[in-house]
Formats: sequence, C-alpha cells, structure tokens
Amino acid sequence: MKIHEYQAKALLREFGVAVPRGDVADSPERAHEIARALGGRVVVKAQVHAGGRGKAGGIQLAESPAAAEAAAKQLLGMRLRTPQTPPEGIEVRRVLVEEASPVRAELYLAVTLDRARSTEVVMASQAGGMEIEEVAARSPEKILREWAHPALGLQPFQARRLAFGLGLAGEQQKAGGTLAQNLFACYRAKDCSLAELNPLVVTTDGRVLALDAKLTFDDNALFRHPDVTALRDVHEELPLDVEASRYGLNYIKLDGSVGCMVNGAGLAMATMDIVQLAGGEPANFLDVGGGASPEQIENAFRILSSDPSVKAVFINVFGGILRCDRLAAGVIAAVRKLGLKLPVVVRMEGTNVELGRKMLAESGLALTTATDMGDGAQKVVELARAAR
Amino acid sequence: MILVDKRTRVVVPGITGREGAFHAARCKDYGTTVVGGVTPGKGGTTHEGFPVWNTVAEAVATEGATCALIFVPPAAAADAIMEAAAAGVPLVVCITEGIPVADMVRAKEFLSRTTSRLVGPNCPGLITPGQAKVGIMPGHIHREGHVGVVSRSGTLTYEVVHQLTTRGIGQSTCVGIGGDPVTGTSFVDVLRLFNDDPETHAIMLIGEIGGSAEEEAAAFIRAHVRKPVVAFIAGQTAPPGRRMGHAGAIIAGGRGTAAEKMRALEAAGARLVPSPADMGKQVAATLGTA
Repeated sequence: MKIHEYQAKALLREFGVAVPRGDVADSPERAHEIARALGGRVVVKAQVHAGGRGKAGGIQLAESPAAAEAAAKQLLGMRLRTPQTPPEGIEVRRVLVEEASPVRAELYLAVTLDRARSTEVVMASQAGGMEIEEVAARSPEKILREWAHPALGLQPFQARRLAFGLGLAGEQQKAGGTLAQNLFACYRAKDCSLAELNPLVVTTDGRVLALDAKLTFDDNALFRHPDVTALRDVHEELPLDVEASRYGLNYIKLDGSVGCMVNGAGLAMATMDIVQLAGGEPANFLDVGGGASPEQIENAFRILSSDPSVKAVFINVFGGILRCDRLAAGVIAAVRKLGLKLPVVVRMEGTNVELGRKMLAESGLALTTATDMGDGAQKVVELARAAR
Repeated sequence: MILVDKRTRVVVPGITGREGAFHAARCKDYGTTVVGGVTPGKGGTTHEGFPVWNTVAEAVATEGATCALIFVPPAAAADAIMEAAAAGVPLVVCITEGIPVADMVRAKEFLSRTTSRLVGPNCPGLITPGQAKVGIMPGHIHREGHVGVVSRSGTLTYEVVHQLTTRGIGQSTCVGIGGDPVTGTSFVDVLRLFNDDPETHAIMLIGEIGGSAEEEAAAFIRAHVRKPVVAFIAGQTAPPGRRMGHAGAIIAGGRGTAAEKMRALEAAGARLVPSPADMGKQVAATLGTA
C-alpha cells in the first residue's frame, strides 16, 4: 500500500527522522494560513501517489502567503500527469505546504528488502535527487549498501558507515547516522516494503533533512497496523482495482482488448503472455484464486465486462481445488444474470473437467470452448479483432 | 525422486481449519502417510478421523512425523514454521499465502540455526507421483517418471504436469517453491537435488517476474547441472511496478523482467519455451534428443 508524502513525513517525524516544517492543505485559504505561520519562502507540493511531480509542474516555490495561496489554487483540482501516472493523470486533492530548505547537498537514503539475502538492505548514495535505478545502472559504485541482521537489525557502526559514505562529517555525520537508524526503525515497526528519502539533503545551515519521503507498506502486514491502514486513499486507485480488491480478486487493468479470467497468479501471467503471442493484447491481469466461489466468478466476470476496452473474454482455468463443474456453474450463472454482451472463450482442464464441459455445452449459451491454452488464445484474439 | 516418498510421515499444523482438514484427507487418499494434525488447545481430540496434538513436538514423539504440512493462517504461520523446525521435523512445507515479509525474514534466520528445510510459503507443496503427495495439487494429473519439475507457481505447474502426463511423460518429483519474496527453498536448492537424483533425467523450471532467483538458477545450471533443463518464465507482458498476484511477482526499478531471466537461462544452456502451451512439447523434444 502506498501513502502520500505528507502522511509519510508525519510518520517519519514520530520516529525522529528530521523533515521540513509544514502542513497539508485542501484549500488555497488553508495554504495561505500555513505559509503565514511558517514565515518566509515556502514550497507547495501536489500530493498524489506518483513520482516525477517536479518536472510535471506539481511542485512550486512561493515567496509569500499570497503566492502560496495562488500556487495551491492552481494545483488543487488539476490532473497531474507524470510518467508514473495513468495517461489521464491523477486529480490533486491536497497540497503540502513546507518551509523552503536552502540545499547544500542532495543525497539518497532508502531501506528495502534484499530478496536474494532475505533481509533488509539500507542503501545510500551521494547522487541524490536522481532516480536510483539510473544511478544503479550507470554508476553502481556510487551506491553504498549495509545489510541489516534479520533478527538484530541495523547496528550503529553500519549507520556510521553509511553517514561517512554520504560524505557527512562532524555533527552532520552524527545526525545522518541517527537518521538512518530511525528510518530503519520506522521500516521495521510499520512493516514497510520501501522507505525512501530522495533527496535527503544537507541545508546551507547544516541540518540533515528528508526533503522528500516515500513509504510503501507490506499489504500482508496491514492487519496489525490499523493506523497505517487508515492512511489508504482510494481516490489514488483505479475504481475497478478498488472494486476487485473488495471481492478478494487480484485485478490489474492493462491496455489491451482481451479480458482474461484465470485461477492462480502464474497461470494468469502465462495467459496474458500467450494472448500476446497469438497477436492480441491482454486487457487485464485477473486471478480469481485457487478456490473461487461462484459469487467470486460472477464478480470477476462483471468487473471484466465493465471495462469498455474489453472486446472478448478468455476464461482459462486449471481446476485443482477449484473444480471445473463449479467454475462452469459460476460462469453460467454470471452470463445468465449479466447477459452475454461479449464473445467468451472458455478453456478448462483438471478436476471434473468432463462434467464442467457438459454443463457448458448444455447451457445453451453461445460460449466458445477451447481444447488447450494455445487454441483458446487463438480463438479469443480472432474474436476480439472481429468485434472491433 | 527427492524430498518426499513412501516413508514420509506427515503432520498437519492447522488441521482443524477448513483447508487443512480438506487437504489432509486428499493427501491421505493419495496414499501419503498423514499421522495427524496440530492445533494448540485441541490436543487429545480427533478431527475428521485424524488425531490432534497441541504441539508438533508431541506428533514427532508419538508418531515420528518427518514432515510438517502447514495450513496455519498468515498471522501465526511463521510461528508454526519455527515450531516445526524446533521440533526437529526435517521437512517443513508451508502452504499459507499472505504471511508478512518481516515474519519470514525472522523465520528464515531461525531456520538457519536448525537442520530443517522449508518449502514455501505461498506454494502448492510437493509431490512424488506414486509415492507421496504433500500439498494441495490435484494428485490424479501426475504420473510416475523422470522429469523433475520446479516452479514458483501453483496452477501453472499443474498446467505443465498435465501437458507432460498427456504426452506419457511422468515426473520424478514436482516442487512448488512459492511466490513470496522470501522463501525457504530456492530454485538452486531444488536444482542441486534433481541434479544428484538418479531418477531425474530432465528438469522443467517455471519462473516468473520479480527478484533474481532465476538468474541465480542460471548461474548454477551453467556451473553444475549436467541434465537438460527446459524453462518457461511467466510475465513477459507484465507491466513494471505492479504486483502480479504473487507478493514476489513485481518488476521493481526495471529489474526482475522476464526478458532478463530468459536471457540468463538461455545463456546458461537451458531451453527456453516462449509459449506456455508448448512446455510439454519442448520437454518431449528434449528427452527425444537427449
């Protein structure tokens, strides 16, 4: 789960990670008030769940409270388009108004999981403000890494090494080391999957501050963090994704015209792949899970059909726990209830497959059946093309 | 065959749950020796014909359990893994999906101080056809034979097994290593076992986007594996930055793409199958020419 920058900074402040003074505003008037209370130059930052805001005009400098109000007025309600947003952009519903920090050095500091080592890695770089992937690709030697002990965490000597590696000295080295340890503490305490400060800055008056902050959380651990769960902003998620998550379906909208409904994540990905190999484009990833009920199949079918770019549907199920007769019952019920507005290709295999096929054949519905994955993909791509 | 056979004695932590009870019975139907289950507080009772103990240690002491098949809900699953390892069970298989990553980081460290092997979590388990089924896969699609199957996926593994069996090609053992970012057993671990197993003549590897387990597998294949390896990588069309169902299936920071993994495996001498419909066909061709 992602949260906004202002929420991340509030959480980090609780853990002793230094961030600029500031507050969040949902109106130009409130932005004015915050700017006046802060005094001096401020930065007005659009709050959306996407990076690349600066280049897209989502971050503005304001010399006065009146200028902050004007900036907020311009940003609030606009659709911000960055390389990380959908093409239509995301509506800005809040802005963060912060004191402007005169920057001497831009650094990078982040905590994430190192899957190969099965523990957290803390990464630091003097090349702050850039995409870390670019730094990693071009000059990997510029990234320092310290691996936390799985049980004992990040030790003070490791935090010191990171601070020295960031080129910090004296009081700033101490502040940087403490900040790294506090960032790590927040990561562990809140079950984060990423805690990234980019940039972490040294100001001209010598403070070490997180100028930007991104926290994402392990969805599987949200059950033990009601405070974090409360920070979810569904406005930042696509409506179909939100609806699918309500029914326990794994759904991800894509750009193509072939709707896919599959049981199991691996088979669902493989189904998208085979649709493309057959010359089509998948409209979505949809995993109905190992033991989908007829209700779930109905909901999945409805969500798929409500995407206007879907021209044909490919149901590909390998019945293990999910028996083919139950799948067939779910599909028949869904089609009877919602109507068959789109061509549907069904390929199923596994437990009770003969019964499932018989049920589909006797249903009288104009479903197309396929003998295997390859056959199904060919058929659904042809149908999607014909429907366009 | 590797890891499980007719001698395997399975205890099922979480047996009083719906999934646990259902699959314990299916494993038993297949011919696996399921000695009973564990649910704290229900020790001394029986559940659907299976004896229930309070602790895994009791199941080991009374029935000599050699394998724990875990269906405990996510919040308590890492604890159940550690309990089974502490009780000295050599093979711990965790089916549970949705365990917090941080719990698995701790559990894996705990396991490293024991002699137990963990398979999973978030996996279908493993099966040696004709010997033992320790997991949730449909047993009847398998057939005894000589192809070792290792996979991060569940249903996609059933798909390849079906393709093999319908061609008359049997399997030595099929191992689902799981779709989570932190798993107990890696591709490399299973490749090493298959490479040393005289019953396994060829290996089918099914990977997916995210992480670097396939790249590590490629390096191991190049250096050590002397048997033909056929590989398929799911997620060639997956967009970056989105988690594709499995917690571990995500292209992050441009890394972990299917293309990268396919290149690494191909360079290591594995035969890559571009289409998931052709996995069985490619194994057949490989065995015919091997």
